[in-house]
Amino acid sequence: MEEFLQHVINGVSLGSIYALIALGYTMVYGILQLINFAHSDVYMVGAFVGFYAARFLNIADSPSYTSFFTILLIAMAGCALLGFSIERFAYRPLRNAPRLNVLITAIGVSLFLEYTGQVVFGATPQLFPNILEDSIIFSFGGARVTKMDATILVTAVGLMIVLRHIIQNTLLGKAMRATSFNRHWASLMGISVDRIISMTFIIGSALAGAGAVLVGMKYPKIEPLMGVMIGLKAFVAAVLGGIGNIPGAVLGGLVIGIAEEFVVGYISSTYRDALAFSILIVILLFRPAGLLGRFSVEKV
Amino acid sequence: MSHIKLLSAVALSALLLLVGCGKKEGEAVGVVGDEILVGEFGSMTGNEATFGISTHQGIELAIEEINAAGGVKGKKIKLISLDDQGKPEEAVTAATKLITQDNVIALLGEVASSRSLAAAPIAQQYKIPMLSPSSTNQKVTEVGDYIFRVCFIDPFQGTVMAKFAHDHLNVKKVAVIYDVKSDYSVGLAKFFKETFTGLGGEIIAEQTYSGNDIDFKAQLTSIKTVKPEAIFIPGYYTEVGLLARQARGLGIEVPLLGGDGWDSSKLYEIGQEAIMGGYFSNHYTTDSDDPRVRQFMEAFKNKYTVFPDGLAAMGYDAAKVLADAIERSESLTPEGIRNALATTKGFAGVTGVITMDENRNPTKSAVVVQVAGTTNKYVTTIQPL
Repeated sequence: MEEFLQHVINGVSLGSIYALIALGYTMVYGILQLINFAHSDVYMVGAFVGFYAARFLNIADSPSYTSFFTILLIAMAGCALLGFSIERFAYRPLRNAPRLNVLITAIGVSLFLEYTGQVVFGATPQLFPNILEDSIIFSFGGARVTKMDATILVTAVGLMIVLRHIIQNTLLGKAMRATSFNRHWASLMGISVDRIISMTFIIGSALAGAGAVLVGMKYPKIEPLMGVMIGLKAFVAAVLGGIGNIPGAVLGGLVIGIAEEFVVGYISSTYRDALAFSILIVILLFRPAGLLGRFSVEKV
Repeated sequence: MSHIKLLSAVALSALLLLVGCGKKEGEAVGVVGDEILVGEFGSMTGNEATFGISTHQGIELAIEEINAAGGVKGKKIKLISLDDQGKPEEAVTAATKLITQDNVIALLGEVASSRSLAAAPIAQQYKIPMLSPSSTNQKVTEVGDYIFRVCFIDPFQGTVMAKFAHDHLNVKKVAVIYDVKSDYSVGLAKFFKETFTGLGGEIIAEQTYSGNDIDFKAQLTSIKTVKPEAIFIPGYYTEVGLLARQARGLGIEVPLLGGDGWDSSKLYEIGQEAIMGGYFSNHYTTDSDDPRVRQFMEAFKNKYTVFPDGLAAMGYDAAKVLADAIERSESLTPEGIRNALATTKGFAGVTGVITMDENRNPTKSAVVVQVAGTTNKYVTTIQPL
């Protein structure tokens, strides 16, 4: 029982990170029907922004909530800027090109960021600064909940609530939903579609930045290719939940995180990566719209 | 994922090109004027970059000393180094390039067994002697009669830690967690298990992970439930550091044991408090009063401003053993050097006295050290069987 509980705690903590990154994939897809492959590398850059910011501000070794929130905000801002630039300079010029062109550009941007990262940051793994002291908050039986796990969960959930509020209750959110529903009609209603798409990239990328700081804190080893695997998993999470569907991304992230911990804990670590992709195949075969996605019949 | 496929396709076609070129006839291999060309390949960048860099520094220092003392056979040694980024496929490319394009007479490399195993068939195919400084997997020298090493092999390292756990720590129930993607880690785990159960101990949990993983909590949670008295983690420092942190985070307080893959100052940087007090087997320790070791440490410190780690010492010994073989060889050919390497006997290196056995593996002793911050404390020496 104790083991089971601990697996659940570990899984929720890992899953909430997948969910944060999955949100970025799903939001962009919801509006542009584009799988933004560069998203996982925006996440990687976020980790390095946090790394250098902590060094620059000299808070690399003073763990506290102030340090944590400072680094979190800086990384989110850095990623937002990067996401905005990628959309502005790589995707916007292709707005009216066939969808495949944009997809290939996205892969190009992803490779560009990964290998520029290796040149700029070096291929050697770096140690993410210690910005939050870890301690045990409470334990039931032998299962422990640490301050780190709790902070990750609370931060992730907090950001998701903010996102939900923006999308459901603000004018910007209304415009985003309208653009997602039908871009051309939205522009006829006086919505500046380009601005809304920029905002989507900014918000999605900022969430990836937050995810990067949370991961860096918990697993303090960062390197330029760190986004590849976690990005793929988050993408699978987004598809699992129903791509384009925001609560779906959160659900998908949690399901994958918990399932991974169980597979590794009870079967073998060899299947960790295989699991996510098996889930992807099964979902595509039996429920292509995802758990929470709705089938939409395309009208001709 | 598709990136990796593309890259390997490019690497493969490059390889085919290289193999196609071949060597020119009649040219003396590896000797240009009064210089003898020796190739080195290692992980100067990538996940295990500190391994490659330390080894390279050791080799560089040794060659500098040899050349300053007049070189070998009246000629200077020229080192050509290539980076394999810590990838087996790049190690193959590097070894091929050193042999076919740079025409080296001998190869020094690699640190990691998986990369030595990838490159060794190339050296064997071209009949160029390859001397690995620190690949401890048994299979490396089994590739062929041109492959040598100056370090002890996995059975010995696994055996050393099993004996140490049983005799010094007096533990009876041990858990093992190893990297399934690494030949080195799998080898150490296997021989640890055999020896430890042979001594009457019990392996109560066996878990695996894959190199580059960052989350080990699931495996550690399973290990925690069976309450081991010690955990053997024969991995590399990047993962071991994170593993130790997560183990302590889950409340596992028992001693952690490992092999020479722990030997890096980054281990403490990543693991911090969690890794303190861990034990690992190593080739040598700076905590020694052997005059040869002291002299090597001084020279190294003067050149690089840091103290040498075990891998630097292995690189240093590898270059010295090779130079000794070149000096003793009857002719300045790869074959002559191979024969001289095979008859290395009682060579006094900084990592112990090296004598090649008939399988081209040296017999020598190992030390067990304890992590005490960025430095390690000498615990005991375990003799070869």
